[in-house]
Amino acid sequence: MNMLSPMPPPPVQDPRDRGGPAQPLMIARDLKKHFPVKSGPKGAVVRAVDGVSFTLFKGETLGIVGESGCGKSTLARLLLHLIEPDGGEIVFDGDPVAAPRGITVNALRRQVQMVFQDSYSSLNPRMPVRDSVAFGPYVHGKSRAVAREVAREMLLKVGLNPDLFGPRYPHELSGGQKQRVNIARALVIEPRMVILDEAVSALDKSVEAQVLNLLRALKAGFNLTYLFISHDLNVVRYISDRVLVMYLGSVVELGPVERIFTRPLHPYTVALLGSRPSMDPAHRIEEPPITGDPPSPINPPSGCRFRTRCPFAEAVCAARAPVLGDWLDRESHVAACHIHDPESGHSRAHGVS
Amino acid sequence: MVPLVEVNDLTVRFVTREMTVHAVNGVTFSVSPGEVLCILGESGSGKSVTLRALMRLLPPRRAQITGSIRVDGEDVLALDAKGLRHLRGGLVSMIFQEPMTALDPVYTIGHQIVETIREHKGGTHAAARARALELLELVKIPSPERRLDNYPHELSGGLRQRAMIAMALSCGPRLLLADEPTTALDATVQIQVLILLRRLQKELGMGTIFVTHDLGVASEIADRIAVMYAGRIVEEGPVADVLAAPLHPYTRGLLASTVHGQSRDHDIDAIPGSPPDLRIVPTGCAFAPRCGMAIPQCRAGIPEERHPSPGRMARCIRVDAPVPAYA
Ligand SMILES: Nc1ncnc2c1ncn2[C@@H]1O[C@H](COP(=O)(O)OP(=O)(O)OP(=O)(O)O)[C@@H](O)[C@H]1O
Ligand SMILES: Nc1ncnc2c1ncn2[C@@H]1O[C@H](COP(=O)(O)OP(=O)(O)OP(=O)(O)O)[C@@H](O)[C@H]1O
Ligand code: SF4
Ligand SMILES: [Mg+2]
Ligand SMILES: [Mg+2]
Repeated sequence: MNMLSPMPPPPVQDPRDRGGPAQPLMIARDLKKHFPVKSGPKGAVVRAVDGVSFTLFKGETLGIVGESGCGKSTLARLLLHLIEPDGGEIVFDGDPVAAPRGITVNALRRQVQMVFQDSYSSLNPRMPVRDSVAFGPYVHGKSRAVAREVAREMLLKVGLNPDLFGPRYPHELSGGQKQRVNIARALVIEPRMVILDEAVSALDKSVEAQVLNLLRALKAGFNLTYLFISHDLNVVRYISDRVLVMYLGSVVELGPVERIFTRPLHPYTVALLGSRPSMDPAHRIEEPPITGDPPSPINPPSGCRFRTRCPFAEAVCAARAPVLGDWLDRESHVAACHIHDPESGHSRAHGVS
Repeated sequence: MVPLVEVNDLTVRFVTREMTVHAVNGVTFSVSPGEVLCILGESGSGKSVTLRALMRLLPPRRAQITGSIRVDGEDVLALDAKGLRHLRGGLVSMIFQEPMTALDPVYTIGHQIVETIREHKGGTHAAARARALELLELVKIPSPERRLDNYPHELSGGLRQRAMIAMALSCGPRLLLADEPTTALDATVQIQVLILLRRLQKELGMGTIFVTHDLGVASEIADRIAVMYAGRIVEEGPVADVLAAPLHPYTRGLLASTVHGQSRDHDIDAIPGSPPDLRIVPTGCAFAPRCGMAIPQCRAGIPEERHPSPGRMARCIRVDAPVPAYA
């Protein structure tokens, strides 16, 4: 089974592809989600996602990185309307989601699937895996027999022998096998887009590599678009075409993968990249790139949220929030930092592009 | 130099009515004073069980332990209750992945460190509090005076981990056991804690056993690496040598499958299959079913230790065989 060919597969005209290849599959504009804090001063909120915008182009993999609590999973759930946004808009293939003249949430969910980190809890422990995989197509109107047949085929495609693994229960599978079942469950609905939220993070390295290879092969084979969330920068570099870096609920940098990894713009991205262990005992990291922990998202710092840890913070950073710049294009490489805004008045900002 | 730790042919089995889990299957290693040994291995390979055995922290009824463990000359498996208190309260300290397992949520950080010091070292409350303050400064907790009066939940993840390290150091251990202490931390915080641990370990001259599943973490902190697979150490050697020229096919596979700067145009060299079921006693090389170099003899018996060069060890009958192109 070699679905990875050096050339991209011939463009199959997907009848659901309404806008054509140039139209982004998804545009998120200024998405917001604030959770009320139960034990805290009245009116206090966690600004989990606080004005996130990006485009997702057809056929690409957009990696999302950022540290724990920066809002990656909340963003993923917003995109599927698993939670209601408090602000902003989502456009799917040209149609606004849950808007008067747009597409419904149900129609969106038929085309976008999600795979989570915790491969165990997302499978029904009392259901053999072939039934778990057949459940989706059955709910979407296929007969029991047809649903079973597509489930068999899908198990085969994720590398699990349906006769051997189909009758098993989740506790009889290894972590990597369970994650394959979850991927099968997501893909059997024939989605156009898959959100992978730390989908390989809990796996051992040797198994993680198997699942990453599988994800790449399936993406090519099924013309998929991925949103790949992970805190592992090396994995994100390997799998993504473009990368979005989040810090405390907002986007600090967005751009093509190699630009981000070789010429990062935002001081936080620089620090994050510099925090990766060296893999070379002869050249260990002697000084941490930045000190301290990320602050609480309940009362984020004014202005630039990174300023409390940023080595270049100046008065303007506390006074005004930097903006991301023009994020709409595929080639855009933008950072929300006053250093990269020639007009900001930051002492280091002299007409840097 | 007399080793600080000597573990010989350690086995640990967990026995219940339904099954027996062969978690550790004949592990031998030593650690010198002031040295950092990293035990590297994937989930379930027996790293934590090995570490817990060193402090006798395994459930006494279910865990059957054989072999020998010596720490600073003491026969750990023969210690009585008093000897164990001395072992845990002065000689050896342990830090965990989740600091909340070591910290009590109902007492302040300061209270807990002070009590630990007084229990094991005695002295006045004031002296212990002064020492606690010193320890928080040592682990670089900002505004340490104020932090002494914080409860664990009032600290961020990184600060909690530092507080646990401070507590572990409070009795001046000669051996520090660390079980994935940075795994749950954010990348920018993980490197801070790793650098801190490395510095403290040098300054205080502690022998350290550091368990991790992350090659990068090992490369930042280890002097030597012991690679575990299915309850056995399959390879051991100085960290730079093992990373640059791994001997065992499993170590080679692990290095190749760890995503780190590989070309995006190719698949990653994954190790096929998954680790063995530890309910079954392995009779040959436990890696054989996944190994690209396996020959029938691999399954005939447990491979003996081989020492192809000084300080290097691998349990593989094919260490001297030519390496196929994939590795
Ligand atoms: N239902 C909720 N109610 C209140 N707060 C929430 C809720 N869900 C998430 N949060 C908070 O929102 C912030 C963002 O959480 P989120 O899970 O999106 O982060 P993340 O980037 O996915 O982190 P991780 O890397 O740890 O998975 C966190 O501070 C979290 O505690
Ligand atoms: N108290 C116990 N009772 C029964 N089995 C146990 C017990 N503790 C550990 N085991 C088993 O022993 C084996 C080794 O476990 P151990 O915790 O040492 O793995 P590990 O290498 O630390 O893995 P991880 O990276 O997931 O922490 C596993 O199969 C585990 O399920
Ligand atoms: S002993 Fe044989 S099976 Fe085991 S790792 Fe070496 S070559 Fe592979
Ligand atoms: Mg998350
Ligand atoms: Mg463990």
